[in-house]
Amino acid sequence: MALARIDLPHEARRGELVEVRIVIQHPMETGFRRAPQGERVPRNAIHSLACRYDGAEVLRAKLSTGIAANPFLRLFLRATHSGALDLRWLDDDEVQGAAQTRLVVSP
Amino acid sequence: MKHRDFIGSLAALAVSPHVSTTDPLVWSFTRGMPVLPGRVKLEVPALAGNGHSVAMTVRVDSPMTPSDHVRAVHLIAAKNPVRDMAVFYLGACPRAEVSSRIRLNGSQRIVAIAELSDGSFWSDAAYIEVREAACTDGG
Repeated sequence: MALARIDLPHEARRGELVEVRIVIQHPMETGFRRAPQGERVPRNAIHSLACRYDGAEVLRAKLSTGIAANPFLRLFLRATHSGALDLRWLDDDEVQGAAQTRLVVSP
Repeated sequence: MKHRDFIGSLAALAVSPHVSTTDPLVWSFTRGMPVLPGRVKLEVPALAGNGHSVAMTVRVDSPMTPSDHVRAVHLIAAKNPVRDMAVFYLGACPRAEVSSRIRLNGSQRIVAIAELSDGSFWSDAAYIEVREAACTDGG
């Protein structure tokens, strides 16, 4: 099970622009690399990802092996009210990953 | 030919110097629509020591309102084995800006194409000199 870290400010004011930084622990295996014994390491990369804030989609992405290992993403959202920031992704092995955090918004 | 049709055909001639609109990968989402230079800013370093992880930021000049926003940003590598690096579909984003780290198989040009809510396409390109390529170590 992959792990992810979502960095958010501890608290935001209503209407404020909030920077979100995401790092997912994932090899993003290209399928071109060979293991020490010479066999090809099969491709396994995160191909879809979605980030939702309080139920509304902020960003959806189609990724490929062109994204570095341990994919990093930085995006922005508008703080409206306290709610969950929900991150979900799916890789080539059809393994689903998820991470959640909460954005606290002060009026 | 009506005046506005003529202006329209002029706009179609002002195609992007960044991409070929007949490139099958570009065509797959533009459907032959012109890709205009501008409105998009692709920020990458001019030189990267290796291609394993290179910082990338793409920013589109857009008010991001329900009537005028960026639908998607396509990131295309010229010389990677997988050329369509990423597509970012922007939703309730107040700022059309996304950063990530990309993997590059050698020195090449990267193109970012933004698809706007009015159906227009805009682009920017950047050349990155990569000293040591990713992807193809040992085959």
